[in-house]
Amino acid sequence: MPEDRQRNDTAAPGSTATGPTPAPAPDVDHAAHEADGRPDDRQLRTRRNQMLRALLGPERRRLTRAVALALLENVCALVTPLLIAAAIDRGVPAAADGRWGPLTAYAALALSAGLASATLKYGFLRYSGNIAQTLLFRLRCRTFAHAVRLPLAYHESAPSGSVVARLSSDVESVEEVLEMGLDGLFSALFSMVGTVAVMLWLDLPMAAVVLALFLPLYLLTRWFRDRSRRAYRRTRGVTEQIVQHTGETYNGIRAVQAFRKEGENSARLRELDTGYATARAASGRVSAVFSGGVKLIGNLSLALLLALGAIRIADGHLEAGALTAFLLYVHRLYDPIDELASFANAFSAASAGLERIGVLFHTPDTLPEPARPRLLPAVPAPGRVRFEKVRFRYTAASPHVLDGLDLELEPGRTVALVGTTGAGKSTLAKLLARLYDPTGGRVTLDGADLCEVADAELRSGICMVTQEPFLFSGSVADNIALGRPDATRAEIAAAAEAVGAHDFISGLAEGYDTDVRKRGAGLSAGQRQLVALARVMLAAPRVLILDEATSSMDAPTERAVHAALHRVLTGRTALIIAHSLTTAAIADRVLVLENGAVVEDGPPAELATGDGPFAHLYCGWLSATGGRPHHPARH
Amino acid sequence: MSAPLARTGSLRRCARGLRPHRWLMAGACAAALGSMFAGLSMPLVVQRLVDGPVAHKDMAALPWTVAAFTLLGVGEAVLLGARRLLVVRPSTRLETTLRADLFRHVQRLPSSFHTQWSSGQLLSRTVSDIAELGRFFAFSAVYLMVNTAALLAGLGVLAYLSPFLALIVLVTYLPMVAATIVFEKRFHVAARSAQDQSGDLTTTVEESVLGIRVLKAFGRGPETVQRFTAQARALRGTELRKLSLTAALWWLITALPELGIVALMGFGGYGTATGSLTLGTLMAAITVATYMRWPADTLGWLIADASTAASAADRYWQLRDAPLAVREPAAPRPLPRPLRGELRVEDVHYRLPGAPEAVLRGIDLTVRPGTTLALIGATGSGKSTLVSLLSRLDDPTHGRITLDGADLRDLSLDALRSVVTCAFDDPVLFSGTVRDNVALGLPPEEHGDARIWEALRLAHAADFVAALPEQLATRVGEEGVGLSGGQRQRLALARAVLPRPAVLVLDNALSALDVHTEREVEAALRTVMAKVTTVVVAHRPATLRAADQVALIADGRVAATGTHDELMASDEHYRHLLRSPVNDLVPDGPPGRDPARKVRA
Repeated sequence: MPEDRQRNDTAAPGSTATGPTPAPAPDVDHAAHEADGRPDDRQLRTRRNQMLRALLGPERRRLTRAVALALLENVCALVTPLLIAAAIDRGVPAAADGRWGPLTAYAALALSAGLASATLKYGFLRYSGNIAQTLLFRLRCRTFAHAVRLPLAYHESAPSGSVVARLSSDVESVEEVLEMGLDGLFSALFSMVGTVAVMLWLDLPMAAVVLALFLPLYLLTRWFRDRSRRAYRRTRGVTEQIVQHTGETYNGIRAVQAFRKEGENSARLRELDTGYATARAASGRVSAVFSGGVKLIGNLSLALLLALGAIRIADGHLEAGALTAFLLYVHRLYDPIDELASFANAFSAASAGLERIGVLFHTPDTLPEPARPRLLPAVPAPGRVRFEKVRFRYTAASPHVLDGLDLELEPGRTVALVGTTGAGKSTLAKLLARLYDPTGGRVTLDGADLCEVADAELRSGICMVTQEPFLFSGSVADNIALGRPDATRAEIAAAAEAVGAHDFISGLAEGYDTDVRKRGAGLSAGQRQLVALARVMLAAPRVLILDEATSSMDAPTERAVHAALHRVLTGRTALIIAHSLTTAAIADRVLVLENGAVVEDGPPAELATGDGPFAHLYCGWLSATGGRPHHPARH
Repeated sequence: MSAPLARTGSLRRCARGLRPHRWLMAGACAAALGSMFAGLSMPLVVQRLVDGPVAHKDMAALPWTVAAFTLLGVGEAVLLGARRLLVVRPSTRLETTLRADLFRHVQRLPSSFHTQWSSGQLLSRTVSDIAELGRFFAFSAVYLMVNTAALLAGLGVLAYLSPFLALIVLVTYLPMVAATIVFEKRFHVAARSAQDQSGDLTTTVEESVLGIRVLKAFGRGPETVQRFTAQARALRGTELRKLSLTAALWWLITALPELGIVALMGFGGYGTATGSLTLGTLMAAITVATYMRWPADTLGWLIADASTAASAADRYWQLRDAPLAVREPAAPRPLPRPLRGELRVEDVHYRLPGAPEAVLRGIDLTVRPGTTLALIGATGSGKSTLVSLLSRLDDPTHGRITLDGADLRDLSLDALRSVVTCAFDDPVLFSGTVRDNVALGLPPEEHGDARIWEALRLAHAADFVAALPEQLATRVGEEGVGLSGGQRQRLALARAVLPRPAVLVLDNALSALDVHTEREVEAALRTVMAKVTTVVVAHRPATLRAADQVALIADGRVAATGTHDELMASDEHYRHLLRSPVNDLVPDGPPGRDPARKVRA
């Protein structure tokens, strides 16, 4: 199925319950969590518990009911062996005397207890499953909403995989525990306590035998838990390495083949797979010893019960039916132990997952919605931007990137920012887009301080288009409509038409409904730029910020993009971060930035003929692109 | 049961990998069977005990019966452990063998194959599907056999105890097995859609994170959260459907055996009371029936698992059976010596398998030794496809390419790729050091650090590599230091020039460099690689001007050839491809474009 929806080249093998989940890189968040240092374990646990309480709070009542159902179910299940015992000890002798009543009654009771237990279990599974799914739903939505709300600064510093890992493998680890947990944990706990209590009531010495063998069982389980956790980690570690190695090979297959790396790669895989086999063998040995050991202890308890039971029956202290009940109870006790042991692993994985989600939750939103959000004022010529004594630094420890900048952008004019890397071009753009707030001074649009404008209003007023236009899965129309979700198809087509994208879109297999992610329908870099510009056309913001792409396009494509850009810029205040001087040339005004200050300011044609830094850059660029442009027509 | 069984062909093909370990597998089956029989025999001992020592208050036989019970108990436990132990080696070896084989195969598949498959899919087949198969053979395959045997044996023991009681158990357990199969099938469907939905959810998360700038710029966070919520709600719905199936199945597999046991109790109690059954027999029958519960409930699950594993096996073989289009010749001819580096492309056509139209439709080109050919064309004209044929990343569907007169398909791949090297526009760095990445594919004795530095200098990468924390030993790639696109391209270029190839292919290899650096790199390349035949895909005038020959590719054909100046003068399409937008916007050419004139001004 080559047209499968695996779109990401680095996509891990899906989120199948059975597949190895991609690594939630352990230190991923700490990089982003720098400011207050690495949160310690206690903090992590406190946050996790707070989050759990918040999620579970509304479910308290339903949880109590689920626990009650589990209790009732276990009581019913506990009764059956007793009824069997009674049938053997009372019913059968009575029946032998010709009185069938007791035997029939016990059988009927056992049947109803069995059915009741099954039905209660059914109810419990559905009920607790419902709670668990609601919980997961809430966890997913809240985590996602929070992640999306977090400022861009967070997303820029945290590796993109970390948020994905929180919402995939970490949530899945919680899901796994909830699936086996609510059911397995409650039942196992109740049935253990209940069974032991009934045994003690039935016959003390026999119960003592069962309890005595709990000690080796406990030791064995503890040994297993430690060992299996270690083995599990090792297997997981090696699997991650295999995923990484094969993924990297498949991603770079052209280079692999062109540089004859195949043999080396196979050798590396062999090495990793040897490690994998060793890790799996270790975990296999531990499980083998554990499940054999649990069985052994269970069987030894049965043997001891039989011997003791026979003696006590002979002495008249016990009846045959009670012995049967004991045998059945021991089975009940030992059967779920295997499962409980794996529960411990799942639980620690889920707990770690929740801790990591908790860290994400506690990342503060540094760009809060203003307390009294205002709208952008309606003015006759909208789009006037003012930077007033703006100071900015990224962290309290770093130097100021901008230190008291004053700048005014006139409505409807295009300004290009030129300067070396680190001159402050991007910072200026980010402050205008309110991806950050200035540390001093203020940025205003048509007189309104950006910090005071309601977020939705601000986003419809100022729009930033970035270098590599990102397209979301969905149709071309969906991608354009991102600019204004309520736009009609005609409006979308008009926006595409305006930037000159209509022709190529109409030429696609399904026109505006073509899925942009589908393999084969891939749009070229230039076409993606046009779609992104159509998006802006549709959004029609007062102010446009454009971070120009650095990668080179062939000239016709570049021309098409430039023409589209020209139409988008018309009548709008625009700030362009220019990487090539081609772009700077189309601006009304060029600002040359150095160390956070404007060192040159004027129309491009004027600056190019002058003797300042811009003229310098311009000559260098012209000679690099081929000396002088060819104009055969002018020969 | 027939549907899954009909699909076992590809599973059986996988099972061939178990052949070297067949004795271990047989041992594991024997151990599982033995442990089950030991478990089943224990109730029989209980019967002897209850009917003998307990009924007759005869303690003399007690030690023997208890000893026998203990022995069986220990045997059951030891064999259970042995089963798990024995199966580890065959199943992991099967996984590693299947994976090594698949990996080797996929690495040799042509680029036409790789453009159609995402690396994510390939990855999931190499890891998840194979793990699925390993688990199946380690557990389900063994128990599929053992549980069937155990159920039959249990029924046999019951029939031996009392045919009537055996019939009761049969009547109650049979529907259970049937029901589990039906339920598992439906569950599987729900589970598949849950998996898809959870995949969609992950895609939304990934996209939102990757496209967070766009979302923030347009203030589309709330809509995205709404969409995510709707998807998460749909997933919850599917999960709840799965849950209701599981719960119903649970009800059935709890209630039916309960019914059987109560029936045993009733009828058996009647038999005991009337003297046709002993008390011990009844107790043994109840214990055997309890014992049979597990194999009975799991049978349906195991069958469903077999069907899942069969799908994994199908997916595995689909990939493993993909034809190797680029083949090693049976008797490779040696590289012509001395190698001059003359490339001839003769009437080359290329069509992607399954595509309606050819990408290349009869290309003829000759590159004389030591000269440079530049290819230019609009996006999609077939330039990149053409250059990928030069090192046989794929083969032409018609026509041939020769190197000093030898058809590329007659040379060994290894020899060819050691003399034709490439640098692509998307430079790939592998996890490893800078040294590993630059000396890719070369045995360590063939290069020293001095040669690596030389290649780095040539690619204008020496300065930034020297500034890295551990220079050549700095780790790059996914977990290494982050490098910019331009830096990665320069490393990839150094990699291509290090082996001193006879033919160097540069596919937009300098696109991420700024114009100054690009020019400097090109100048350096020209002086050092004067003897090297170079094929370069480019669209910057400076590069084209420096080439000995420029070929304009349009619609899969060579539309024009000549030098840059010739084409500039004669070819409108060529001029169109090169005209920079700055000329459109500033009609008379930018003022002061001539530094000399500026000084004069």
